[in-house]
Amino acid sequence: MTAPVLEVSDLRVRLRTPRGPADVVNGLSYTVGPGETVAVVGESGSGKSVSVLALLGLLPARVATVSGRALLQGEDLLTMKPERLRQVRGPGAGMVFQDPMTSLNPVLTIGRQLIEGIRAHGDVDKAAARRRAADLLGEVGLPDPERALDRYPHELSGGMRQRVVIAIALSNSPALLIADEATTALDVTVQAQIIDLVEKLQAERGTGVIWITHDLGVVAGIADRVLVMYGGRCVEDGTVDDVLERPAHPYTRGLLGALPDLAEPVDGVVPDLATVPGTPPPPTDLPKGCVFWPRCPVRGDARCEHEQPPLAVIGSAAATLPHRAATWCTEGPEGGRAG
Amino acid sequence: MTSQPGPAASSAPKPTAPLKPARPRWRETLGLLLRNPTAAVAAALLLGVILVAILDETLAPTGPNEIDVDERLQPPSGEHLFGTDDLGRDIFSRVILGAAVSLRVGLFAVGIALVIGSAIGLLAGYYGRWVDDVLMRFMDMLFAFPAVLLAIAVLAVRGPGSGNTALAIGIVYIPIFARVTRASVLGVREEVYVRASRSVGASDFRILTRHVLPNAAPPIIVQASISLAFAVLAEAALSFLGLGTQPPNPSWGLMLAEGRGYLQIAWWLAFFPGMAIFLTVLCFNLLGDGLRDVLDPRQRTLMGAASGAAPAGSEEGGDR
Amino acid sequence: MFALVHLVPGDPVRLALGTRFSQETYDALRERSGLDRPLVEQFFTWFARALGGDLGVSFRSGDTVTSLIAERLPATLTLAFASILVALVIAIPLGTLSALRPRSVVDRVATVLSQIGISVPDFWMAIVLILVFAGTLGWLPTGGYVPLSEDPGGWLARLVMPAVVTGVVSGSVITRFVRSSVLEALGADHVRTAQAKGLPTRQVFTWHVVRNALLPLVTVTGVQLAYLLSGVVVVEIVFSWPGLGQLALQSVEARDYPVLQGAILLFALVFLVINLVVDLLYTAIDPRIRR
Repeated sequence: MTAPVLEVSDLRVRLRTPRGPADVVNGLSYTVGPGETVAVVGESGSGKSVSVLALLGLLPARVATVSGRALLQGEDLLTMKPERLRQVRGPGAGMVFQDPMTSLNPVLTIGRQLIEGIRAHGDVDKAAARRRAADLLGEVGLPDPERALDRYPHELSGGMRQRVVIAIALSNSPALLIADEATTALDVTVQAQIIDLVEKLQAERGTGVIWITHDLGVVAGIADRVLVMYGGRCVEDGTVDDVLERPAHPYTRGLLGALPDLAEPVDGVVPDLATVPGTPPPPTDLPKGCVFWPRCPVRGDARCEHEQPPLAVIGSAAATLPHRAATWCTEGPEGGRAG
Repeated sequence: MTSQPGPAASSAPKPTAPLKPARPRWRETLGLLLRNPTAAVAAALLLGVILVAILDETLAPTGPNEIDVDERLQPPSGEHLFGTDDLGRDIFSRVILGAAVSLRVGLFAVGIALVIGSAIGLLAGYYGRWVDDVLMRFMDMLFAFPAVLLAIAVLAVRGPGSGNTALAIGIVYIPIFARVTRASVLGVREEVYVRASRSVGASDFRILTRHVLPNAAPPIIVQASISLAFAVLAEAALSFLGLGTQPPNPSWGLMLAEGRGYLQIAWWLAFFPGMAIFLTVLCFNLLGDGLRDVLDPRQRTLMGAASGAAPAGSEEGGDR
Repeated sequence: MFALVHLVPGDPVRLALGTRFSQETYDALRERSGLDRPLVEQFFTWFARALGGDLGVSFRSGDTVTSLIAERLPATLTLAFASILVALVIAIPLGTLSALRPRSVVDRVATVLSQIGISVPDFWMAIVLILVFAGTLGWLPTGGYVPLSEDPGGWLARLVMPAVVTGVVSGSVITRFVRSSVLEALGADHVRTAQAKGLPTRQVFTWHVVRNALLPLVTVTGVQLAYLLSGVVVVEIVFSWPGLGQLALQSVEARDYPVLQGAILLFALVFLVINLVVDLLYTAIDPRIRR
């Protein structure tokens, strides 16, 4: 087994808010191997974005307290000196953000925004950086890259802008690419193009990818592994097949039930879990026991309410990638009370 | 000019938004406001000023225009807390009575601006199209005119005096209220609950007064508090120029003007009325800021959102 | 505007002539000034002449309005630009610092200072400054104006206090805008993109925060400059600064219509020019506006 690109263990993020301290990420652990895609799934407010922003030190220090360990190619991102962290952003890890309409600076040309990234990490002269920028734009499929360099973001469509953002993220050939809801704001057809693009580039370069989304359709298409987040915790993880086809946690099942084409009859009964009712718990006031307890359709005894379920291996423990879930609800997905 | 409801598009109904937002909860608003120490202190001080203004005659140790030639230009002492002026009048009494004048003029001025300006903004924002164009173009013209000069011109037409000063200041602030109201109406015009009322055939008047106005109110309230600050300041300035309140009535601006000639020998003549203006204006401004923090949701979330990491669930979490 | 000016009650001719005059002189002056003709006709005559640069003659002094305005213009321009300079020197560092550390001590102090600056009556501050620096300390003259070309030292000495007074007030307003626009720029998504690229903090700040925060700053500076060019009547009076505000106030008091109209026309022009300059600057700073 090759060394993982990223190894996160027990990541915790606490934010200071006007309503008191908020525990947004509570002990998250996972690894990303080279060329592997890990999808992080969850509703908004589940802590998935914060967890990756914390990795690159992109949360404001006066608001966020981050603890745990995050080894990027063996180096701990969380204890790094600021200057070293700056050097890692780019060549170590690149990031693609949700909204291509706002993630580019509207008053600078695309070329400038690409070139400044390239030149921040190595002694490259302007002309060489410009050539490299044009090549990158070509690689991400922008027509007429040479001319696109002198354009401003508002002159491009959303899909084209997101390609530019990806080009920026890849401009220093990072070992890890983090895509935070990178296709959420785009049309479905454009979404598919962007996903294809990332898959293609990933295959060429062997980049590890963290793909954050709440869209399970995207997950099915792109991920090798899935990590389901709820209330700042990992409630279930495993291979795509395990999690999507044999979901163990009631929350995951709820999410899948919420998907129209996956809501197939189970034992001849159409599950009435059309959506997961309610909203995620506020991170300022998390439940004591199972985080999902207040919304859980199959919740049972007092244990669910008062005791936190650990992330336990389900099924074969011998598998290279174990399927784990944090729930007291041990019945199989087809079992009794669900539905 | 963009007469189309551009800004409204951004506030398109979100699927999770409740059908109709709760009316501003006054008790909660007040509670939040008083938790902000600066705003609480400002509110308390203003309450004091208002009390002083109401109780004026009873509080003042002497009549404001009681002339006592033997007691001319006395420095502050136990007998005359703020000293006396060139005619031997007690400055403390005059400052107290000046509070009544300042507040009355300020309230009238803001009242005029609020009623007329909000009405114009409401109509412009709600009906849009040519109504909007005509009204707002006119407001722009008024707004383009230098505020102090406009007030001076109005006073020149109407003659000096407290009432006309209030009118003059009120006219100056009409366009500001029109703009604020229009912007905030545009924000709620396309909300689900407004469209819902329209679809069940509610009259425009009913929609405007029951739905649009209450929900567009917070920025207007904030503007009113800040405008009160400027109105008190403007009244003082106009009286200082001799165009506002006329002697022998006590007005802070007028007292300042009268004290100007005695700066070297009797600083208290100008100092105390100036302090009174300054503190009153400061309190209105601080209160306005406090109100903005509490009432304006954009500002409220800004503190969290600026960090780029405000958990999206937390805001709704408390309301449910 | 013209109508408003003529609504001002009082007979300018009577005011101009003083208390003793014959009916003949009165009629003659009235006719010469065109005041005997209907208001609408007066307006069009005035407007036609104004287009040709002739703003008429002052009722009070008999000087041409253009010469009166030209005489006052240098003082007004000097004060306005000096004030905006003071304002920006205060506002940009203070606003930026408090935006960088929201809710810190620096931010709270800056907020309180700007609140004080906005709330303090400018004429009172002027009086206090005169008392301290001209009276007690005797460092500066109490007021007046001398052209730079005649006496640079005296020019500066007389400029300092009025410029500080108006500059502090405007600066307080601008500080608040700078704070909120830098804060907004800091929170923008593209700043995160820039950080994620691994740019040095300085570069992120200069090119992705300050550069973007300039837009609102240009607008508010324009508004303040327009205000300074037309609205500082009270401060001009206190410092005996021979600017346009003083001229306008005097002409209201004397019912000197031509001068008042001229001054107002100029203010409108100033407003237009500043708006134009702001628009041009916007185009230079923001590519989204360019065609």
